[in-house]
Amino acid sequence: MSDARLDVRKTYKLFVGGNFVRSESGRSLQVHDPEGRPLDNICHASRKDLRDAVVAARSAAAGWAKKTAYLRGQILYRAAEMLENRAAALAGEIARSTGVTDNKARAEVNLAVDRLVYFAGWTDKFAQVFGAVNPVASSHFNFTIPEPTGVVAVLAPDEPSLLALVSTLGPVILSGNSAVAVASEKFPLPALSFAEILATSDLPGGVVNILSGKREELLPHIAGHMDINAIIDASGVEGAARALQSGTAVNLKRYARRALAAQDWFAVAGEDAYWILDTVEFKTAWHPIGL
Amino acid sequence: MTPFLSAPRQFRSTRVAAPTVDQVMVEERAASFARRSIKAGAKLAGLKMVVSMMDLTTLEGKDTPGKVAYLCRKALQPIEAKYQVPPCAAVCVYPKMVRHARRFLGVHSPVRVASVATGFPSGQFPQRTKLEEVRRAAGDGADEIDMVIDRGAFLAGEHRKVSDEIAAVKEACGAAHLKVILETGELVTYDNVRLASQLAMEAGADFIKTSTGKIQPAATLPVTLVMLEAIRDYFFETGVRIGMKPAGGIRTAKQSLAWLVMVKETLGDDWLDPALFRIGASTLLNDVLMQIVKTTDGHYQSADYFSLP
Amino acid sequence: MKAKSSSKLKTRRAVAVLEPVAPAHSVKPVASVRDRRLKFGDRWDYAPAPETVPVKIDARHELFIDGKFTPPHSGKYFDSINPATEEKLCEIAHGDSEDVDRAVKAARRAFDTVWGKMPGRERGKYLFRVARIVQERARELAILETMDGGKPIKESRDFDVPMVAAHFFHHGGWADKLQYAFPGRTPRPLGVAGQIIPWNFPLLMAAWKMAPALACGNTVVLKPSKTTSITALRLAAIFQEAGLPDGVVNIVTGTAETGGAIYHHPDVNKIAFTGSTEVGKVIAQACAGTGKRLTLELGGKAANIILEDAPLDQAVEGVVSGIYFNQGHVCCAGSRLFVQEGVFGTVIKKLRDRIQTLRVGNPLDKNTDVGAINSSAQLEKIRELVQCGIDEGAEVEQSECALPARGYWFRPTFLTNVTMSHRVAQEEIFGPVLTVMSFRTPEEALERANNTPYGLSAGVWTDKGSKIFKMVGQLRAGVVWANSYNKFDPASPFGGYKESGFGREGGMQGLAAYVNLS
Repeated sequence: MSDARLDVRKTYKLFVGGNFVRSESGRSLQVHDPEGRPLDNICHASRKDLRDAVVAARSAAAGWAKKTAYLRGQILYRAAEMLENRAAALAGEIARSTGVTDNKARAEVNLAVDRLVYFAGWTDKFAQVFGAVNPVASSHFNFTIPEPTGVVAVLAPDEPSLLALVSTLGPVILSGNSAVAVASEKFPLPALSFAEILATSDLPGGVVNILSGKREELLPHIAGHMDINAIIDASGVEGAARALQSGTAVNLKRYARRALAAQDWFAVAGEDAYWILDTVEFKTAWHPIGL
Repeated sequence: MTPFLSAPRQFRSTRVAAPTVDQVMVEERAASFARRSIKAGAKLAGLKMVVSMMDLTTLEGKDTPGKVAYLCRKALQPIEAKYQVPPCAAVCVYPKMVRHARRFLGVHSPVRVASVATGFPSGQFPQRTKLEEVRRAAGDGADEIDMVIDRGAFLAGEHRKVSDEIAAVKEACGAAHLKVILETGELVTYDNVRLASQLAMEAGADFIKTSTGKIQPAATLPVTLVMLEAIRDYFFETGVRIGMKPAGGIRTAKQSLAWLVMVKETLGDDWLDPALFRIGASTLLNDVLMQIVKTTDGHYQSADYFSLP
Repeated sequence: MKAKSSSKLKTRRAVAVLEPVAPAHSVKPVASVRDRRLKFGDRWDYAPAPETVPVKIDARHELFIDGKFTPPHSGKYFDSINPATEEKLCEIAHGDSEDVDRAVKAARRAFDTVWGKMPGRERGKYLFRVARIVQERARELAILETMDGGKPIKESRDFDVPMVAAHFFHHGGWADKLQYAFPGRTPRPLGVAGQIIPWNFPLLMAAWKMAPALACGNTVVLKPSKTTSITALRLAAIFQEAGLPDGVVNIVTGTAETGGAIYHHPDVNKIAFTGSTEVGKVIAQACAGTGKRLTLELGGKAANIILEDAPLDQAVEGVVSGIYFNQGHVCCAGSRLFVQEGVFGTVIKKLRDRIQTLRVGNPLDKNTDVGAINSSAQLEKIRELVQCGIDEGAEVEQSECALPARGYWFRPTFLTNVTMSHRVAQEEIFGPVLTVMSFRTPEEALERANNTPYGLSAGVWTDKGSKIFKMVGQLRAGVVWANSYNKFDPASPFGGYKESGFGREGGMQGLAAYVNLS
């Protein structure tokens, strides 16, 4: 009698509208480890998946922006709690995907947790730091407040798969934006596992959507999409900048590039509070002062 | 050719003054009523009071005399006699169904017959036909008429037109009591609701009512609070007590108790009476009955044991 | 035909405002003017709804020094009683100057070796932990707060405890971002902070003080008020559970002398005090010339101003919550109501009706709105001042509610026929007592509102936006609530002008008190 137990294999699905779904195209890709051994299958997102993700993000954006900053902070902290709790599993994903040591993998997860805590603490403070009451030269009360821009496309780099995704998403959603992220193409599994963390963190469905597949295929549709308000390009792909930035010519979507090398994400450069400003709009209002 | 100054110029203003309402504060105050803890004897008494204040409603395109018969029977005796639950205050039906309700209930019933009218729910019909509807419903035996105001006219600033129409409907009611539905969901702001409440009361409403129940949002605690405050100020000014009816959106027994708390703490004991406070509902009744039975018998209940209206 | 159509074009006498017409529905009964009163009776009484979760209170509470609960040097204890029942709850350790010295030494050591050096991010994570545990223990903390201090369970459950968690959460997030709060400078902690807090919001005041101090890298010696020490000590247990390093927070319970030992101690770098102006002045004198940093949050006699164009029903609601919330034991209570003469009668009438529905009684009953007065001493003060008001010619209106036989109670009260020269309009009563005065123009309201040595808070009620900003600009108060009252948020700085103290708590500006800038 054999003791060998057959394991149940997992397909890593797309995360859209708070649900885990397969690509509408029915396509999938097989992921391999650095030695070329097969790991698991992921879904190969199509432009229609992107379309659906943007619809989900748009419908979630208003509600997310209306929540109090305090509540958004609580939810991000909850994501940190969830990630900390499953740190071992995520570290395992990183180690088997990339071949780094367990210690290095764990260090990446720990830093991702701390980054989430860092961003959680910004939600109810960045308006004070970056906004203003302006001393205009007339009898008016004049103030400037930051507001989320809406739906943001985030292109994560290949590595570090988990940490860079967290570091690019954090500043985007903490202010009330929703996001459609394209995960690391080379090491998608840790990023897709992060979707599971978000799904159990009280984050409303649609605020973060994560797609896996081929960047090249999705780029032109992101660039040309009329209902995406901003692009955060950390993809690190040569030539992607030009293609994406031409999106600005289509509907004035904002574009910001994060040109960090893999190890930079582990340093202070990977948690820049000013990144928050790349996806907010400053609104200034006037009101007379008088009896 | 008329001289420039031949007739005295008459300042014709169609805007009426009413107090403004602060949205944040009124919503806070309304929410505080839902935080009262109503237990034991107070809960049972409250729930029974809710049943006695209910206008049990069916307003569907597919209503038939048979459906109305179910409704009337349920309103007359909502549950077995041993629970000592009073009958509902009224049934509320479409004009065509009034005579069937009246026939089923008889002339002297503790349950009154209320009819919606005036092109319910939209009101987008000529005044002529609206008044005819009212007269017929009253003639068929309706004790109460629930009319809708002309929201289009209101939002276009034609407040005189709105109140003139209410006055005309009141006249067409004859002996029947008039409830005026503001359709607060379409008025949107609390300022508008306050103003519409005042207009309706001055034009002859016996009751003011929040909604048709056909759109969202229907009755909410804050919107009802604004109307209760209008009723209060009107009472102080004129000595007349106008009734209040929230309708639509009250689904659970717990919610209904919050409404009672609000009436109690805003207008006091006089209004805790079906003569001055009604709740327009359908599915609410069985939830209230389940709570009454749970409070009496001690077990959580199942819907299977409560007849459908 | 022409005649027919012209008969439809009746010109009507138009009026700019619809006057209240004789009701069209003459069948309805009309109450005479005298009978136009609302009856808040017992047609539908609420049943008692006491909080039933049992909470264990240790018979004896020790001091919390260097991470451990330890007995006081003197071996002496004093009783803590429940002001709603006058029953003894437990014994509290009476700390003396020896205990304070021990606490300061522990705080200094913790600062030098652990806390002052710890990266902000790690400090922040401790505070996040504390916030979470407070949320988990919310029910227990709320019940204890109510039993110890007399405030309604509805308030401690829905306001005090959630706010405590929010303060720790908010400030936890600042710990690693301080450089953004002080552009161009490098903020560094001060060292040991001595903090003395009052009895009106025992746990919340502890959070207001400790959270920013710890976030900025300081260590703390806290002295709770004599009549309300229990929840601060429960918080100490929460710090232990959170793994906060020993000595970072120390709690020395005791009397005014204990507080004196703290603000006289030479190795304390900063003193923060919330309490009466009288004591604040004593502390200011003691700290003069010592180099200690000082912030004071003292008394108030806030003006709440209702203008003619205010949303009146909501304004009355705001006024009521502004003075009767927490039994009026609030430094920023809106205790002077100024009403524009044109709406004076209406406001009084609404106020009179509204106070009848305030439920006074057992603070542990979930339906209680106004709880017990914190101590017999405070009750005496309130009575004395109200009597003085009557003697000086004011008219008293009180709610007609029944009061429990035992315990310290005062019915919600308002005084009319009051002028600024009456003592009740000048001195802080710190109870559920409102003085009501009239004014004619906004300028007059501003003048009278500012005519006080205090300057903590103020309220303005008007529908006109420009008026709001104008009055906000002219009111000499550290917090101005427009069309609102008693709103608090960890992100919103709080503190006074003039004799209401100096320094701010909460928000970006609140951090300044706890850092050195270089």
